[in-house]
Amino acid sequence: MPALGADMEAGTLVQWCVKLGDRVKSGDVIAVVETQKGAIEVEVFVDGVVSNILVPVGERVPVGTVLARIDGAGEMPAAAEPVAVATRTPTPPRAAPEVRRAKPEAAPQASRQKVTPVARRRAAELHLDLTVLKGSGVEGSIRLADVEAAALIQTPPPTVKKGLDLAEMRKAIAAAMSRSKREIPHYYLSDTVDLHAALAWLEHFNAERPPIERILPAVLFLKAAALALHEQPKLNGFYENGAFVPGDGVHVGWAIALRGGGLIAPAIREADKKPLAELMAAMRDLVERSRRGGLRGSELTSPTVTVTNVGDRGAETVTGVIYPPQVALVGFGRVVVRPWVVEDRIEGRPVVSLSLAADHRVTDGHLGGLYLAAIARLLQEPEKL
Amino acid sequence: MTNEELRSLILELICEIAPEADPASAGDRDDLRETFDLDSMDFANLVAAIHKRTKIDVPEADYNKLYTLENAVAYLSAKAHA
Repeated sequence: MPALGADMEAGTLVQWCVKLGDRVKSGDVIAVVETQKGAIEVEVFVDGVVSNILVPVGERVPVGTVLARIDGAGEMPAAAEPVAVATRTPTPPRAAPEVRRAKPEAAPQASRQKVTPVARRRAAELHLDLTVLKGSGVEGSIRLADVEAAALIQTPPPTVKKGLDLAEMRKAIAAAMSRSKREIPHYYLSDTVDLHAALAWLEHFNAERPPIERILPAVLFLKAAALALHEQPKLNGFYENGAFVPGDGVHVGWAIALRGGGLIAPAIREADKKPLAELMAAMRDLVERSRRGGLRGSELTSPTVTVTNVGDRGAETVTGVIYPPQVALVGFGRVVVRPWVVEDRIEGRPVVSLSLAADHRVTDGHLGGLYLAAIARLLQEPEKL
Repeated sequence: MTNEELRSLILELICEIAPEADPASAGDRDDLRETFDLDSMDFANLVAAIHKRTKIDVPEADYNKLYTLENAVAYLSAKAHA
């Protein structure tokens, strides 16, 4: 059972995606586990054959428990000894999570059964077998309504408290954020950035494209924040065992609000290197899978920095709480039109409040200020993003 | 497409974007973004889905004409018959 977050202690195995004798390769999803952050797909990082499945569906086990054994791959006859999947010694919350360096995930597979987190939890409450249900959602995904409908046929509806999922997610957020506020001496900076150039460029870009190819301002924010980390790499990485460890790339945790409450920040890997269209697609995919189910373990454990963008219905300013053991969180508020001095005149300009929460054990406000200035500068030349 | 068909299409597409949405909860003049908790990504996906299903390409500058069911139906209907 992998640790899929700074404070995860246990998880429930809800689905095996492989069976005994199946050949698997690194990056394959082998199981789905229910965590406080919802149902997460567990990948393997070895090649081989599933030789033993040790945890049955429905069982809740602590982090570090061996879920299955995989016999080593044929290409390396020497490695014939069984490799335990997802073994990891349970560690206290402040220890360095090795799983953070999980390998990049393969492209999502569309063939597996999709189940929304609410539906999966409801099915578990009702002891319904999801594999016999038909989904009415997109790509046959099973929704809450499908589970409720099946429950009416199969069993009398028991009286179970609703909203348990949100309570569990709240606990996970509480644990991570409490640890952050307890351990990380935050410092906070903010700046207001003129978006006239960026939004004018984007308007032009989008006007020539069909809806599916259009890009949101959030993508420009993400790319600028990622690129600016090249200039201040000490904001990209982890604080582990009393020292800063740089990230192995710029993997931006993109904060996604879940409907009904809750928050998750899965990784957009190598965000600094992806073109805008690809970032938009990655963002769209992550939002969909965060809400519909289907996030992967490595996506939760690999972010080296977090960016939160409150969007057009959010507050004007956001000042974040760092997700440990990361060392920085970048916040973008709602874009607003404000009086702005341009040369000697006052003009109405779209502006955004840009903020940084950073770990004082690693950097100081001077460096943080340079980082915000770099983001602001990059946003003035959107065509280069 | 009749107005009634457009209305149910919009609600159907919203339900694909927000799987737990209850289409009956939307009043004709309610802001869809508030009622169904749609953010800008959801709204972009809605416009893309409308384009895919009806071939109606809503330019970005007109997104605000889709914020309520009443306005969206009127706008799309006018576009469809233009």
